[in-house]
Amino acid sequence: MDTRSKAFAIEADGLAKHYGEAIAVDGISFGIEAGTITGLLGGNGAGKTTTIGMIMGLVAPSAGRVRVFGADMAEERYRVLGRMNFESPYVDLPHRLTVRQNLKVFALLYDVADSDARIAALSESLDLAEFLDRQAGKLSAGQKTRAALAKALINEPDLLVLDEPTASLDPDTADWIRGHLERYRAERGATILLASHNMFEVERLCDRVIMMKRGKIVDDDAPDALLVRYGRQNLEEVFLDVARGRRQPALSRSAS
Amino acid sequence: MSVEAHSFSPRRISAIILRHWYLLRSSWPRLVELAYWPAVQMFMWGFLQLGMARQSGAALAAASTFLAAFLLWDLLFRGQIGFSMSFMEEMWSRNLPNLMISPLRPAEFMVALMAMSVIRLCVGFLPVTILAIVFFGFNLWGLGLALVAFFANLFFTAWAVGMLCSGLVMRNGLGAEGLTWSIMFIFLPLTCVYYPVTTLPAFVQPIAWALPPTAVFEGMRALVVEHVFRTELMAWALGLNLVWLIVGAASFVLLLDSARKAGALIQTGE
Repeated sequence: MDTRSKAFAIEADGLAKHYGEAIAVDGISFGIEAGTITGLLGGNGAGKTTTIGMIMGLVAPSAGRVRVFGADMAEERYRVLGRMNFESPYVDLPHRLTVRQNLKVFALLYDVADSDARIAALSESLDLAEFLDRQAGKLSAGQKTRAALAKALINEPDLLVLDEPTASLDPDTADWIRGHLERYRAERGATILLASHNMFEVERLCDRVIMMKRGKIVDDDAPDALLVRYGRQNLEEVFLDVARGRRQPALSRSAS
Repeated sequence: MSVEAHSFSPRRISAIILRHWYLLRSSWPRLVELAYWPAVQMFMWGFLQLGMARQSGAALAAASTFLAAFLLWDLLFRGQIGFSMSFMEEMWSRNLPNLMISPLRPAEFMVALMAMSVIRLCVGFLPVTILAIVFFGFNLWGLGLALVAFFANLFFTAWAVGMLCSGLVMRNGLGAEGLTWSIMFIFLPLTCVYYPVTTLPAFVQPIAWALPPTAVFEGMRALVVEHVFRTELMAWALGLNLVWLIVGAASFVLLLDSARKAGALIQTGE
């Protein structure tokens, strides 16, 4: 991996995670350039969530290392955790706290200078006003996602990691969330890494797609390039080709 | 680990305290629970003490310490539960990964949980001590400055055990939750809450003296019965507690590392 000429937000080098005999991630290497949106694709058990866990410092690698903004996440994570944030439908905000209370807590955790102003700005941009003072446990799925996204943006992160950001959302809300992510990247120049099963979402948002299967990277390119290489009309067909091992790409390319 | 790992931020500590304060404020069952069981227990021991007061000699002397012993035992038990429950609230609400990917350091998290154990205890314990004065004429606060030594030593033990329990729940999931509720009860017979250490079989007594609360309960009996504050007992308890706190904090950090290795932080269920 040539890291000399590019500014990488994330660099993974021989990253592996084993749970006993089970191999969740099998020695993957990749670099994600700052300011890009990258999709992490793969079927269930492909290793996406474990990879994200290692990037966020939640999971310790069995081998290899991952650096975020140059900091080794196993040894130096506290140098960069304030510049990152994360959202997943599998992680909740405390249910009995209102959205505003949750955001106040996370603003303190991330040392946000003027938390009231930041919450007001997020409330406006994510349209939270209607439920800002409602308990997080009493929100609809779409409202929960917007509240969780507000938490993930509270510190205006340079790296935003999203695990299935639009899972279980209706098409209108999902489209609205995607639009917000595009604007955030454009305005902040932030790096976004998202794991998703929604191929339309990945095609729309991502500059690049990393495809995983059984813990390995099996392809890695821009969405358009993948379509050409697999001779397909959309990423869903490419995904199925990869997941079912039906076709090999017309042109081979090193995954990393 | 880098230098940044050891930095300490009052703002981040206050964030966790604020989160749990919001939670307590929003839930009257949680508030009632903090005082309910201590109040029931206090009445039970209070009436027992009243009944025993009609006896004489050694029985009367032993009975005169029941309420003080119960209140101090409750402080020890509630101190640990307060620490551990605040931690488990993060597990129950599936919020732990949010905290672990934030800049919150483990030491800050532990200090915030200690503060919460004090706050939760104040909510439940203060009203119960007032009820003890009203119904039984027993004023725990009348023990004066000695209480500072008793309280501090009991809190230190409670926090050390709380750190160990929370670490085990973090590493093993909510399946280990039962341990949090039951672990303190091993202290009840061994720390001689309601009887002198000499009551124990000789071979058990060294084990009892290795537990910091034993010295506190012995010290309490000396104060209530003989009106003597035994400094050497408090110093012994403090020395033991320093070791216990170091072991508790180290356990929490090691179990956190182990949870990272096991992938337990991204699967915070059972």
